[in-house]
Amino acid sequence: MFSFILRRLLQSVLVMAAVSALSFSLFNFVGDPVNNMVGQEASPEDRQNIRDALGLDDPILVQYVRFLGNAVQGDFGLSYRSKQDVSDMILERLPATLELVAVSAVIALVIGVVAGVYTGIRRDSWLSRSILSVSLVGVSLPTFIIGIGLIYLFAVYLRLLPSSGRAGVTDLGFWRTSFLTVDGWRAIILPALTLSLFQTTMILRLVRSEMLEVMRTDYIKFARARGLSDRAINFTHALRNTLVPVVTIIGLNIGGLIAFSIITETVFQWPGTGLLFIQAVEFADVPVMAAYLMFVALMFVIVNLIVDILYVSIDPRIRIGSS
Amino acid sequence: MTTDPTPHQVASRPRMWTRIRESDIGYSFFRSPFAMVAAAVTVAFLLAAALAPWIAPYNPFDPAQVSLWDGKLPPSFAGGDERYFLGTDNQGRDLWSTILYGGRLSIIIGLAAVFFGMTLGVVLGVVAGYLGGWVDTLIMRVADVQLTIPGILVAILINGVGQIMLPQELRAEFSVYVVIFAIGLSDWPQFARVTRGAALVEKEREYVQAARVIGLPGWLIMWRHVLPNVLRPVLVLATIGLALAIIAEATLSFLGQGVPPTTPSLGTLIRVGQEFMFSGLWWIAFFPALTLVILVFAVNLLGDWMRDALNPKLR
Repeated sequence: MFSFILRRLLQSVLVMAAVSALSFSLFNFVGDPVNNMVGQEASPEDRQNIRDALGLDDPILVQYVRFLGNAVQGDFGLSYRSKQDVSDMILERLPATLELVAVSAVIALVIGVVAGVYTGIRRDSWLSRSILSVSLVGVSLPTFIIGIGLIYLFAVYLRLLPSSGRAGVTDLGFWRTSFLTVDGWRAIILPALTLSLFQTTMILRLVRSEMLEVMRTDYIKFARARGLSDRAINFTHALRNTLVPVVTIIGLNIGGLIAFSIITETVFQWPGTGLLFIQAVEFADVPVMAAYLMFVALMFVIVNLIVDILYVSIDPRIRIGSS
Repeated sequence: MTTDPTPHQVASRPRMWTRIRESDIGYSFFRSPFAMVAAAVTVAFLLAAALAPWIAPYNPFDPAQVSLWDGKLPPSFAGGDERYFLGTDNQGRDLWSTILYGGRLSIIIGLAAVFFGMTLGVVLGVVAGYLGGWVDTLIMRVADVQLTIPGILVAILINGVGQIMLPQELRAEFSVYVVIFAIGLSDWPQFARVTRGAALVEKEREYVQAARVIGLPGWLIMWRHVLPNVLRPVLVLATIGLALAIIAEATLSFLGQGVPPTTPSLGTLIRVGQEFMFSGLWWIAFFPALTLVILVFAVNLLGDWMRDALNPKLR
């Protein structure tokens, strides 16, 4: 168990090293950093002063180590475009992304598990069949097309919900939330629904197949023979045993939600970190891109590590297999 | 693949059709209406892509054939001008022609990206499986780590990095190659994993051992003996991968980071169309999106059928 986690930790460190090297190399490939910081009329001496201050003439390895040291302290410098502190920019937009991801995860979980259990128990009813065919469409449609479709239906045609942006935001000092106003909720519904659709289908299909599997086992037959109610069998005996794989899938899917949040945020112009990245690429804003790359890598490494540890502690078979 | 070019078979050429029909895969194909429809639609798309310059009524990139006066016309069946079957976009380009050219670009990029990812993955997979040892560990570790990150995220990040590394003046010309590179890099681990598994099995077979006994060098055994025998599962993956690559390209272009608007792909067209959706010009986004959905759906169905038909376990 210990060596397993240690190995995973080492792997995480390697991933971070690779991503940080990539982020660092961006600074050297894209133009002259000094040009991006001073105006056209800066004198050669001014430029050289900045070069010295930034240590741009040091050996590349020294610069890399300095970059790492700063990154660990959350210092990625100033954005080329807005001249703001990059970490502040990301932190400022983080609540928008996290709230979107959280609402999507809840939608995916609730609809996915409920529909999965239903289609697993009543697998021949017409409702199950239609749920499954709709879910097939959900898997094969690209995220941004689902988003555009929802915008057209609910914002342009029915005029029920806003089409883009975040509204009704309350500032709590450390966190800007849209959960406290009706407008905030109205604005988050469509993007959250778009983001959750793919995950909903995944969870639905997983729960369904697990339920079908469990329903065939002897202990379910025995529970029926004992004359327990359907309700008791379905929920206490069957559902509970399907949850182990569901927990891991959900953990891994948080990574998927972060990935697809880039697309969803662009479709809905949702002011989160994903949109920040897309805009940074458009304007070649290297510090923002570097910080976002590191940030996403860190999120993934942490989520995967937690899932691994959870997995090992939930399922003892893995522990035996790895040692 | 299994036909021997013996004179006897060349002579009985008219019966080739029967042979195809009666082969395992042919049998499965002609029994599955879904597979036949999917294959027909896919072939139609490929033909349309190949012949776009000849079947498109207008050349949307020729300024002489485009007039701003004709901009934003609805489809001819919805009260528009009868010269433009699917209407025109904001710049007066015939939407049907633009979709033909856009679909052509989407398919070309998809095929190129899959080919690149497949080549990379298959080569690394065969090498890892055949050589084993630390080479295997290294390659598969990298693949495992990359597999924990969704492909589309890898593609978006690599593409973003690649695009800004291009000098501004070269962006319009070379961004297509960055897109292909990014999508290809995002899906090699799938190919590597499958190929490695198959190569591990083939490595132990007698014919490989025989080749080793007669003293053939390792690369030749890998290239001529192992590689041809691991390609079957790769074919399935490549088909499903094509659908994913087309989606990935459309997504990148939709995000404004793929091919430039001067040579639009389906994703770029949808991006442009989205802006006009709010003023009621639904067709500019709708028809490219519909095209993309049908294309992806058909290729996906074909891939699903191939997976079932080529998998001996399911027979």
